[in-house]
Amino acid sequence: MSEAAHHRPTGLSRWLFTTNHKDIGTMYLIFAFMMAIIGALMSLVIRAELFEPGLQLVDPNFFNQMTTVHALVMVFGFIMPAFVGLANWMIPMMIGAPDMALPRLNNWSFWLLPPAATLLIISLFVPGGGPAAGWTLYPPLSIQGGMGMDFTILTVHMLGISSILGSINIIATILNMRAPGMNLMKMPLFVWTWLITAFLLLASIPVFAGAVTMLLTDRHFGTQFFDAAGGGDPVLFQHIFWFFGHPEVYILVLPAFGVISQVIPTFARKPLFGYSSMVFATAAIAFLSFIVWAHHMYTVGMPMAGELFFMYATMLIAVPTGVKVFNWVATMWQGSMTFETPMLFAIATVFTFTMGGVTGLMLALTPVDFQYHDTYFVVAHFHYVIVGGSVLGLFTAVYYWLPKWTGHMYSEGIGKLHFWLTMIGINLTFFPQHFSGLAGMPRRIPDYALQFAEFNMWSTYGAFLAVFSQLIFFYLVWKTVKGGTKATDQVWEGAEGLEWTVPSPAPYHTFETPPKVS
Amino acid sequence: MSTANGGYYLPEPSPWPVIMSSGLFITALGFILQINGYAPGPWLMLVGGAIIVYIMFRWFGQVIAESEAGIYNDQVDMSFRLGMGWFIFSEVMFFAAFFGALFYVRVFSVEWLAATDMLWPEFDGLWPTAGPGPDALKAIAAGTEPGPGQFSPMGAWGIPAINTAILLTSGATVTAAHWALKKDNRGSLVFWMAITSLLGIVFLSLQAYEYAHAWTELDLTMSAGVYGATFYMLTGFHGFHVTMGTIMLIVILVRSMKGHFKPDQHFGFEGVAWYWHFVDVVWLGLFIFVYWF
Repeated sequence: MSEAAHHRPTGLSRWLFTTNHKDIGTMYLIFAFMMAIIGALMSLVIRAELFEPGLQLVDPNFFNQMTTVHALVMVFGFIMPAFVGLANWMIPMMIGAPDMALPRLNNWSFWLLPPAATLLIISLFVPGGGPAAGWTLYPPLSIQGGMGMDFTILTVHMLGISSILGSINIIATILNMRAPGMNLMKMPLFVWTWLITAFLLLASIPVFAGAVTMLLTDRHFGTQFFDAAGGGDPVLFQHIFWFFGHPEVYILVLPAFGVISQVIPTFARKPLFGYSSMVFATAAIAFLSFIVWAHHMYTVGMPMAGELFFMYATMLIAVPTGVKVFNWVATMWQGSMTFETPMLFAIATVFTFTMGGVTGLMLALTPVDFQYHDTYFVVAHFHYVIVGGSVLGLFTAVYYWLPKWTGHMYSEGIGKLHFWLTMIGINLTFFPQHFSGLAGMPRRIPDYALQFAEFNMWSTYGAFLAVFSQLIFFYLVWKTVKGGTKATDQVWEGAEGLEWTVPSPAPYHTFETPPKVS
Repeated sequence: MSTANGGYYLPEPSPWPVIMSSGLFITALGFILQINGYAPGPWLMLVGGAIIVYIMFRWFGQVIAESEAGIYNDQVDMSFRLGMGWFIFSEVMFFAAFFGALFYVRVFSVEWLAATDMLWPEFDGLWPTAGPGPDALKAIAAGTEPGPGQFSPMGAWGIPAINTAILLTSGATVTAAHWALKKDNRGSLVFWMAITSLLGIVFLSLQAYEYAHAWTELDLTMSAGVYGATFYMLTGFHGFHVTMGTIMLIVILVRSMKGHFKPDQHFGFEGVAWYWHFVDVVWLGLFIFVYWF
């Protein structure tokens, strides 16, 4: 059917009412970038306060609100929507589908996000301020907080509906919309990792919704789930939260694994090493993510048998993760590699994620975790995983697919500048935190002992560098959208897959006729 | 209408989702204001709720019209099946959180508290716990210790057993309706759908009666310790789902009377039947673990 036959609205209503996967993907990515800026500014408030010992810039309660909302914004507002945006853009193109399976639902999944984010931002301005209990929302602190906590709980509910509907759509698309011949074990790995991520979301997000619902009724309707005075237990919340929370961190990182599994073969000009082992490793990680939650709570007072079980189960995750890292390196082995910006980001992702993985293994050991628990070592660990894994993975994806989205090549020089400044910035921020943490600096405290001053100073320099480097990224993307060298259909010499067979920029409707996959 | 050459139906841009989101936003804002005691709360909830209901009419109305116009092919049908199936899976996980909480307090926390003697001296870690009830705060305020026996737990073999029979029967009647639909026997379809909807309404009425009895006569309220909390959370969310399910059944009944559905294509019917079986299975879990054992 010709383009003229569509009554496609223009202007604002195009974006409000759209049922097109590319429009929706673009909105997800723009929303994610806006939230990333908000979250990054909050992290700068934290780092500025921690620049030197003593209380100088903000009061401690506001500091706690910043650590809490920074995490919530980054996890739920930035990284998850950014990957859903990539899924929207790329999955239909990669499997040869005309669009997502349920386009109106797709639009709703996106348009739940801005109101949810608004609720969270409003919470900072209501009496009592925003949530200050940490993103984990542990009671009793989260029960005692002001109405900002209610805003947070309703935010979680709306974001949860969005994630569930988005996941349903992704599963239906992947299972039902593949082009003839595209069987499951021929799917690009990005599609595989998203299929598994969508299952993780469906199994974990509703549990989180249940947990915050119990918080809400404990706060306002007299229940005593998390209050020992009525027979409940605050630790119960931790169990339920982390049953969601641990799969959640794989939700953040598995799609990034998918991205670099696309990018490394392209620039090594070799097929991915061990495709099927990658698929099974991803599935194994997903399964294990549901039986390791209590490693976040070693110090809470669990029976010895529980500590041992969760320790061994956690260490088991290193096996499939090791398989993945091995396969990425083996893909590069003897490849004819070139180092365009996406490849630089992909290699950096493997490197920094592995650093975070190794500190994760340290934290998995129950006896040593008693030392590391709630210190900056944990902060260093998960920022290496989430910034070093998920966020660098996102940059990899944007540089890799930007020419396909816009039809223009970005400036390789500016891209590399952005890469190096970002790498120096984030490593300068988070590497010293390993040491301050091992030396005993607690997290989520606005003040610290004099001995940690130097590490924190470096960390703050790094944070400002990392955040302000993203202006370069913004400038690069803006320029590439506006113009630049025309990109070819294939864009990258070694790129393989259906998305590289369509023109750049990809037409508004791709694959109205399903392609044949041999 | 834009369709791909394979015939997969891709809908035109739609205003419903974004308006639905604004309705949800207004409702959520109103709810937060309401529970924190700010005046405009209920009004906002009313406005937001009206928007949500209106959009559901329009959105579902459009989907039904499209379906009856025959523009959904088998592949679209499969997308709906996958969507509904995995939606029900997410609902199962939502209930899993509350069942998890129930098992945790029953197996661990009540027993641990009994071992420490921290609640009151004679607190023995039995389930159902017999306190502390709504009077606990009053007792503390009066300077005495809260004790057992401030509320009575809900027995299994009265209304809950009857309700179990009702829901199990309704599972059978909805299947009878499905058989009738497949045999294209419209009269029988309408009859069994009417019976199923009626059973849903009877269940809800009995549940409402049980709540009133528990709240006023047994002193079993949401603040009746962790027993009351788990009791009302699980039965309350289940009751909400039965309410939704009953409304869905009535919609299907009305559509059946209007001549919708074909013997070989009736996903709307099947999706609702799946959902109804799901609330039925959840109820069995409730009957066993909340009421019986």
